[in-house]
Amino acid sequence: MNAVEEKPNRIIKREEISEGASKSLQRRAFLFQILSFLSPLLLLLLWEILARLNAIDVRLFSSPSRIFAALVPLVSSGELLYHTLVSAWRILLGFIVGAVPGVLLGLSMGLFPPVKALLQPLVAVTFPIPKLAVMPLILIIFGLGESSKVFTIAIGVFYLVLINTMAGVLNIDTIYMDVARSFGASRVQFYTTVALPGALPMIFAGLKLGMGTALLLIVAAELSAARAGVGWMIWRAYDMFDIEKMFCALIVLAFLGYIFSYVLDFVEKVVIPWKNR
Amino acid sequence: MNTTEVIRAENLTKIFKTRESEIVALKNINLSVKDGEFLCIVGPSGCGKTTLLRIFAGLEKQTLGKVYLRVKNTEKPLTAMVFQGDSVFPWMKVTENVEYGLRMRGVPTRERREIALKYLKLMGLEKFAGYYPHQLSGGMKQRINVARAFASDPEILLMDEPFGALDEQNRLILQQELLRIWEGSGKTTVFITHSIDEALLLGDRIIVMTAQPGRIKAILEVGMARPRDMLSIKSSPPFVQLYREIWELLREEVLKARDIKLKK
Repeated sequence: MNAVEEKPNRIIKREEISEGASKSLQRRAFLFQILSFLSPLLLLLLWEILARLNAIDVRLFSSPSRIFAALVPLVSSGELLYHTLVSAWRILLGFIVGAVPGVLLGLSMGLFPPVKALLQPLVAVTFPIPKLAVMPLILIIFGLGESSKVFTIAIGVFYLVLINTMAGVLNIDTIYMDVARSFGASRVQFYTTVALPGALPMIFAGLKLGMGTALLLIVAAELSAARAGVGWMIWRAYDMFDIEKMFCALIVLAFLGYIFSYVLDFVEKVVIPWKNR
Repeated sequence: MNTTEVIRAENLTKIFKTRESEIVALKNINLSVKDGEFLCIVGPSGCGKTTLLRIFAGLEKQTLGKVYLRVKNTEKPLTAMVFQGDSVFPWMKVTENVEYGLRMRGVPTRERREIALKYLKLMGLEKFAGYYPHQLSGGMKQRINVARAFASDPEILLMDEPFGALDEQNRLILQQELLRIWEGSGKTTVFITHSIDEALLLGDRIIVMTAQPGRIKAILEVGMARPRDMLSIKSSPPFVQLYREIWELLREEVLKARDIKLKK
């Protein structure tokens, strides 16, 4: 054997964490925070510079300063707030009108095989239809008033909530059903203590998806036969070639989306305190 | 069914049918559990022990044969089961989990809170009453599982390897605790375990089952005086003798079960 002889009893020392290393970890976390804060600002700055240098056509792309200049009177006159509230109200109503039956039907489809057998094909066939394609029909049925907008949003929310709720019930671990059965839970007790709480995380996943769709649909729904709303503002600005106003409306939509998802997250935390986050 | 019997199984057979195959989980099981008895069942994994317990609990229906259970007290639930896996509801706080069986029976909130607290104390979990399960360790959840079954105060307690997932130290403590509660209540108990030690510590009788299909291979009387504790019985001659006997019976079956798995 002529293997290289290793020194016996070699000692390797594991170092304790140094002061410097933990400091540098903190510094890095801080740096990342600054980076994520800076990136939008840098983008705005770049946009402004390009506009000032005439590198982009301000008639089409506008510039942050122009948009801000247009935003101030829109805010101070209350016009922007008015349109925002109109749209937010439609979204909220549509959301409720869609989500409530979605949850109820989703629960019953998940719990009762006959109901699922009855409705599943209908859902499977109608779900893929783009909701925008149904809008003209909705306008004919519900007329040009508020209800047509609310219903357009409701339809989009309904399917997402329904499908997620059903999946939520079907995915509840069978051991929980065994526990309920072995302790003699009645039908009603089973819904309230196992099916509904067990499906809640998926229900919320559906609600969040539904919120995204609601924002998409509000713009489309306000395209036709509306006299107010953020979506209406966008289409109106399009007609008038008012790019700045259009951007202001987009800012509002981003803001609305942020608020709604924040509210949903908050409600989720209250309703599902047991979820491991 | 004679008057001392609480559970009686006659020619019990359970066959699971899938599209490709038929699995005989239990074959011609004949057994009776006496009133107030602590019956332990040991057997290789996959021998149908859990299925037997589920049939007693009414969660599964046998393919052939008859099962009788005696209802002595209509006020109490007939059975309560301690499940093998994590079966604690994640959406309920620890107390709510423990009082689940009582709530299903319509026991008023205040009363069931008290009962739940009593069993939480026995399990050493009273500090965690207001916690959600995800905040607890696996061993603690298993103790909630046991507390939930006890709190519902059934006539027959069905336990499916309740301490299997616990660490040794906690297992020793809980076995002792279980014995104490059981000796106080005299509840008929059917207890599945893979630990011979545990079966000898707890059981009045031990049933050894065969590898698949599950049949009763032997029924042994333990006969050691109660109250028992692990420290004093473990070195006693009857314990050593019975341990060897059971292990020899089991060894054959475990090897057979291994062969069955290899063939698949």
